[in-house]
Amino acid sequence: MDRFLYLTFDGLSRGAIYAAFALALVLIWRAARIVNFAQGAMAVAAAYAGYSVTNATGSYWLGFITAVAGGLLLGAAVERVVMRFVDHSSPLNGVVVALGLVLIIQGVLGMIYGNEFRPAQAPFSRDAFQIGGVALLSRYDLFVFAAVGTVVALLTLLFTRTPTGLRMRAAAFAPDVSRLLGVPVGGMLTLGWALAAAVGSLAGMLVVPTELGLHPNAMDLLFISAFTAAVLGGLDSPVGAVVGGLVVGLLLAYVSGYLGATVAPMAVLILLVVVLLGRPDGLFSKAKARTA
Amino acid sequence: MSALLEVEGLTAGYGAAAVLHDVSLSVRTKQIVAVLGANGAGKTTLLRALSGLLPAERGRVVFDGLDLRGVKVERMVRHGIAHVPEGRGVVTELTVDENLRLGSLWRKPRPSNDGIYELFPALARRRDHLGHQLSGGERQMLAIGRALAAEPRLLLLDEPSLGLAPKITAQIMALLRDLRDRTGLAVLLVEQNVRSALSVADEGLVLSLGRVVSRNDAATLAGDADLRHAYLGF
Repeated sequence: MDRFLYLTFDGLSRGAIYAAFALALVLIWRAARIVNFAQGAMAVAAAYAGYSVTNATGSYWLGFITAVAGGLLLGAAVERVVMRFVDHSSPLNGVVVALGLVLIIQGVLGMIYGNEFRPAQAPFSRDAFQIGGVALLSRYDLFVFAAVGTVVALLTLLFTRTPTGLRMRAAAFAPDVSRLLGVPVGGMLTLGWALAAAVGSLAGMLVVPTELGLHPNAMDLLFISAFTAAVLGGLDSPVGAVVGGLVVGLLLAYVSGYLGATVAPMAVLILLVVVLLGRPDGLFSKAKARTA
Repeated sequence: MSALLEVEGLTAGYGAAAVLHDVSLSVRTKQIVAVLGANGAGKTTLLRALSGLLPAERGRVVFDGLDLRGVKVERMVRHGIAHVPEGRGVVTELTVDENLRLGSLWRKPRPSNDGIYELFPALARRRDHLGHQLSGGERQMLAIGRALAAEPRLLLLDEPSLGLAPKITAQIMALLRDLRDRTGLAVLLVEQNVRSALSVADEGLVLSLGRVVSRNDAATLAGDADLRHAYLGF
């Protein structure tokens, strides 16, 4: 029972990170109908920027802010410089370009920083408190929950309570109508990419201390887990992304806890296949795909 | 009196195929001009070319002294041009209230939606419903109400009667007449429903295969039996 509780809290903590990263994928999917396969590589690039700043200044938080702000800029740049010029008549085009970006970003990072793991520090202790004799939560886990909770709350406020959020939603659902109503649709798309990449970079910063360290491929498993979470939630649904993230986190924790850590990546892929075969629209999608 | 909208020699289309050929027309303030013609005559294309959704190949479009070539679509509404596209253009994933807010979001200070709800009491009762929950008539009212929230000087209205009951069509036509008389609104009204369009319009022009084949005041057009048989099918 103690082990089960421990694994549950561990899974929720991981799941919160997957949820944030899945949310980033959903943001771009909703804005541009592209699954951003470069999200992981972009988050790694932002994390390296943060790592450099932390090394130069000695401050984790300056590095953290740099990574999130760097993600914001990188997301805007990727949309403005690359994705805007991709012919979106076939969905495969965006995917191929995104995969190309992955190769470029990982190659460049490898040239600058080398292909070795760089140990990354955590801002809080990862030693778990004893609660009733069971080690359940660390300070770092609490930080993860607080950070992801803040992001979810801010995004909810943005999209439901602000004029910019209304513009972004309208531009995504009905671009031509929105332009006729005075909405700068291109700007909203850039903003969507920027926000998504910032959220993805935040998730990347949160995951690095829980892994072996920073590496050009460090976010590959994060991407696969979060992509599975997003598909599980329906790609279109922010609530689905958060729930999907937590489910995948729990699944990974239980599988690595009871069956061994090496089986965990396989479990994610099996879940992805099962979802795609059984309920390709995800658990939370309500509307049918737009055809017009 | 000089025209609010002046179009000269407009040619536009999709790719290599021009749909509109050398179209000229003008709309004055406080005037409703009906654009008539069979399916495929280029009526919708004309409105799309005017609001910039479709770039014009040739010709001049001048609105209140301003050359509209090079004005971005999203700037049109700020200059006073509102376009209600075919198929009503309600953002079905947003609520009635959000759709209306969207129509005036760029205005500072942003006016409340109360004025539009006064104009369309049926919408006020459904303000928290999503667009896809509305009936066809309600969607058309919402699309027109949202365009009016921008307080335009020129309204480009594409097939407002499409799929609507005659009674609701009559209400919409009466509203257009009232807005014209009360606020001086100019309307370029694209319609398949020739009778209801000519009942409200001051002038009409008939498009056939992308060319203007007739331009006259509405009463004359309605009385021209040859023209009706040849181009309007009744």
